[in-house]
Amino acid sequence: MGIIQPVMIVALVVLGCFNLCYGGEEFSEELLLRPLPDRKVLAHFHFESTTPPTKDYGHHHHLFPKAIYQLVHKFRIRELELSFTQGRWNYERWGGYDPISSSNAKPPGVELWAIFDVPLDQQSSGSIRYGALPREAVCTENLTPWLKLLPCRDKSGLASILDRPAIYRAFYHSQRLRITSNEFGSEGIEPGIDLEQTLTIVVQPDDQRTSTSYSSGKMLQPDWSISSIFGRKISGTCVLARSSSVFFELESTLVSELNKLGVDNAASDGDQVYPGVELSVAPDQVIKERKSSSVLFEFSVKKHDYKPLDIGVKWKYPIVWSCVQAPFQANRFLMGSGNERGSIAISLKATDHQRIIVGDEFRDKCEMRVVIFQVVPWYVKIYFHTVQVFLDGRLEHTPAVIEKIQVSPSEDRVSPGVMEIALRLPCSTVSAVITVNFDKGFLHIDEYPPDANQGYDIPSAVVRFPDIQASTYYLGDNSSRNSPILSKFQENNPVLSYTEVLLVPLATPDFSMPYNVITITCTLLEKLLSSPDFVQVVQQVERKITGAI
Amino acid sequence: MATADANAGVPSSQPSNPKPRPIVRIGTFLISHSALFSLICCAAGILALFLLPVLAKNTYVSENALMPGSANPMFSNHDTMEANRLVKDIMDLKLSSGIAGIEISNLLGKYMRERDADVYHHNFHVQKNQFHLGNFFSDSSYSWHMKENRSCSQYGINTVAIIRAPRGDGKEAIVLVSPYNSTNIRLSDALSLGLSYSIFSLLSRVNWLAKDIIWLAADSQYGEYASVAAWLKDYHNPSFLDSDKSDDCTCPESNALLSSKGQPNTGGSRFNVFRHAGTLAAALVFKVVDGKEETKDTLSIYAEASNGQMPNLDLINIVNYLAVHRQGLHVKVAKLYSVLNSAWLRTVGQIFEFIGKTAKIVNPQWGFGISAADYVEGTATLASSIYYQALGIPTGSHGAFRDYQIDAITLEMSPRFSLYNEVRRLDFLLRGGRLLEGVIRSVNNLLEKFHQSFFLYLLSAPSKFVSVGIYMIAFMLLIIPLPMVAASLYSGPNKRESSARTNNENPDTAAAIVTSSGSKSWKWLHAAKVVFVVHLWAGLVSLIPYLINQLPERTPTACMLVWVLLSFVSLIILYWIAGSPYSYKISHQSPNMEWAILKAVMISVASIGLGLMSIINYATAQIGAIFMVPMCLLAHPLKHAGNAGKLRVLSLTTSNMVLAVIGFPPAALLLVKGWLEGFDGVSFGDFWIWAETLWTWNSATYLYLVLIQLPCWVLCMHILLHP
Repeated sequence: MGIIQPVMIVALVVLGCFNLCYGGEEFSEELLLRPLPDRKVLAHFHFESTTPPTKDYGHHHHLFPKAIYQLVHKFRIRELELSFTQGRWNYERWGGYDPISSSNAKPPGVELWAIFDVPLDQQSSGSIRYGALPREAVCTENLTPWLKLLPCRDKSGLASILDRPAIYRAFYHSQRLRITSNEFGSEGIEPGIDLEQTLTIVVQPDDQRTSTSYSSGKMLQPDWSISSIFGRKISGTCVLARSSSVFFELESTLVSELNKLGVDNAASDGDQVYPGVELSVAPDQVIKERKSSSVLFEFSVKKHDYKPLDIGVKWKYPIVWSCVQAPFQANRFLMGSGNERGSIAISLKATDHQRIIVGDEFRDKCEMRVVIFQVVPWYVKIYFHTVQVFLDGRLEHTPAVIEKIQVSPSEDRVSPGVMEIALRLPCSTVSAVITVNFDKGFLHIDEYPPDANQGYDIPSAVVRFPDIQASTYYLGDNSSRNSPILSKFQENNPVLSYTEVLLVPLATPDFSMPYNVITITCTLLEKLLSSPDFVQVVQQVERKITGAI
Repeated sequence: MATADANAGVPSSQPSNPKPRPIVRIGTFLISHSALFSLICCAAGILALFLLPVLAKNTYVSENALMPGSANPMFSNHDTMEANRLVKDIMDLKLSSGIAGIEISNLLGKYMRERDADVYHHNFHVQKNQFHLGNFFSDSSYSWHMKENRSCSQYGINTVAIIRAPRGDGKEAIVLVSPYNSTNIRLSDALSLGLSYSIFSLLSRVNWLAKDIIWLAADSQYGEYASVAAWLKDYHNPSFLDSDKSDDCTCPESNALLSSKGQPNTGGSRFNVFRHAGTLAAALVFKVVDGKEETKDTLSIYAEASNGQMPNLDLINIVNYLAVHRQGLHVKVAKLYSVLNSAWLRTVGQIFEFIGKTAKIVNPQWGFGISAADYVEGTATLASSIYYQALGIPTGSHGAFRDYQIDAITLEMSPRFSLYNEVRRLDFLLRGGRLLEGVIRSVNNLLEKFHQSFFLYLLSAPSKFVSVGIYMIAFMLLIIPLPMVAASLYSGPNKRESSARTNNENPDTAAAIVTSSGSKSWKWLHAAKVVFVVHLWAGLVSLIPYLINQLPERTPTACMLVWVLLSFVSLIILYWIAGSPYSYKISHQSPNMEWAILKAVMISVASIGLGLMSIINYATAQIGAIFMVPMCLLAHPLKHAGNAGKLRVLSLTTSNMVLAVIGFPPAALLLVKGWLEGFDGVSFGDFWIWAETLWTWNSATYLYLVLIQLPCWVLCMHILLHP
């Protein structure tokens, strides 16, 4: 014990020195917690590592993962995003308008896109690549290498509360890795490589009070704390982290509901941050959003170093609210039956929040742009000329609605088909449906994957609203706060949502049939050939024997 | 060495006479003895049919992923209380209101929303299918009846709820259907709703779901099939045009009620949005009936869909396994009860039992015998299985799913005690709930769609089946004589002629025969023309009902009369245009040869027809072959029967007459109906009603009867009446 303590102190000093001496590299860890309307909780981990550009800083890094650095340099990556997701993000209940749902809600399975820094003379094939594996099962073997990229792994800091059963029991979890590098471009404000690792999970807290139902039919939100969700408390920061904080967010719609409650129940206790909500730990800072009235409570982990941080929430009154949705809710489904042909339909339904976003006065005049991006495997042969657009139950003349359509037809066994449609819809549209017909292709016997009878996946389509930005601006001095997660939220990113993965049943042969045919043929051959063979062999043997005699 | 020499010597001894190949020799041998062989084949075919119950195998779960019953059921007494709560609420509603349909739908919606499910009300119009050209086998999405007038009187509301599987990818879904009659809700309907709800609420809590669950509470006031089919149509082939959709403003009453019950802050429109949940993997239709069984709570399984299509046998297997081995239910499949008491079937059973026992004495390892009672049971079940497949009409709303290649069955539970017995009811609900949970969990385990087990089979008991490999033997044996006899008939007249040539030395006749044998190869053309004209006529007959359907104020008898009349007239007109079938004989002296060739062509066309039908619906072809094959083989002109023995002539004439009557589809139907229900209730219009149901359900049996059986019968009549 006597030896260990000085060693630890030395280690701490050395580690602390990294922070001070190698100030060029930075790492920060943050966690955002948010209650969701359907009695679930969203936990969003955000880890960010940055390194200065090579020309100033050299090739040797102390914090930044070497693997990522080498990857970026080998393939000249400008931007790369890789996500592993299990479960579906429920855009209707968990929202589709805020930065988290726009940039962290991902399609089931694996999705990868990258922009490469391609020299001008090679740019014929484009510099962006997109791929999706909807069938990929995601489990701990994907999480472990992801955690290895963190300087403290999951030994200390916020990542230490990542209890595997808690994560994989969640309704939705998505681990994401995003690399942005400015190593090769001459322009750029912040040169260097930026590695952003996020883990978004939606969990249902265990609730002892399920039976408590109020007379109005509203259910009380479950009380939860970090330890009740993850089974662990935050026991300190990762010493290498520049900042380490936990945020608790109340959405704007929830805040307005809570304020209404506050009017009804004027008497409020001192503990309550808002009428009806009680936090077990007093926040270090309260940050308000500029546009809407959403509120962030910040807890700095460093300040709670002396005892484990366990933020908990208690609800006093039942409360019903709904998240802000994207202007249109996108769904996709298959039409038709049989093994020959079918069609894909993408339906856009106007949500209640469309009015809020667009505003009533512009509703009649304005137009909204919607971009649908869809990759289709080659064995689903899309007929691009059959694109039909229905607006509010009328078949529209396509050029009137479609602003731009970009198509790259599939090539059998070589490349998938890509379709990008930009629609220009009147804001008053209630429902829009885009259909496109396809023929189902035949595969060679050796092209069938294992479990061929399951059907074939069509990866999610991406629906983008380029006119609408999912960004939040926080009041107060942002630069002094210096929180990567908040600055990420303030970036201008268009609202984005993914549709469902589709399963297309294709004609599948009976794989055991060739085997049966071979068996029968071999049996018949054996019966036909064995008797002459037998006669010959026996005769020869007999002849030899008689000859010997 | 000596043997080899001898072998080599054999062919060299007769080099001048090359023998035909063995297969040709066998062929000529069979054709020359066709009468004997066809008798043997037909007898063997009928025997094989009666042997089917003996040859039935025990079912087994073929797909390993299903793993039925491997998990402990989570459905508990608490869930049965949930079910009871809904049952009470529904029964209370019934007393209070006249617009129970909408009330129940709203109540179900409220309960479903409590479970965090996606809920919507699916409004549909009921359309009565009528006969239409080109509607057969066509995709219902291109239906012609979209333009029909709709009224609020034919309006139904399905209530649908979807549980999204937590962590699932939402690519597949399992459908649970509980039909209920919204205008006259009974306790049994309420119980099936209640039980489905408790299952649904259990499934919304479990963490093992991989597929989404859709609960369809189908408003079956216009028939169970109609509501489910309407929902499936909107699921697979929705129309996005307003003009095709149900015009909401025509039915303000239902909409107002539906929206008023919606949540105040969202408005009602949200609950009318049709929602999807991926590819449908399997469907279970669940019903409770107040049956009062004798010994045990009973589960009846209905599986037959349109045109004899069956769901994958594995689906029946897991239901049967869970019901018998886990829940201790008595499982039934449909039987023909009239067969059960027949004495001669019992005798046949006893003969098979005796043979089985004797075989066992000879060799103890031969264990194919079954007891006579089992045999009769098996035959009754098998007969009903064949009957419903042959009819081509689905036995329940599961048939609607099969049209979209979705495996589905109907489970009908009936308790031992009255449903009003509250204590027993809970136990009954517990068993039903655990059964449903087990089946859904099994299907949920599936990674691929159902494909491992059989699709073509007949059930002879809930746990016994006859696969296609066995029951096709009977059909094949029945159909083999047809081409054989056709060939022998075709070659027969030539032989007769050549023999006539040798007997008759008169040079004039010989010369005439030489000229006629010169055109011999074209003789079949006339026969083929007759056959073609009759089949053309049959095609016309099959289309006549479309015209009749346009008539106003029609009764079945009148329709039937018009149909027969028009058919007759069209036949005469066709003969007038194309020439009478008997016109050809004037130019020839050999009437014998004439009818034989006509028969040969008829038989070959009939065998092609039966073969085609066996691909579309095996059971229809099987039953059809039993009628058609003897009729075709025995057809012989009544006038020319006279050169054999008297007894033979008499028997031939009688059997021909009998077959002529039962081979005519309407006559056969009326006879069967009269035999089953007494001849008082039989009317001429019955066949019309029956045919109407067949084309309403797009049954290929109608096509078979009119396009294959009817022309064959008409041609047989031609042969019988051959001058």
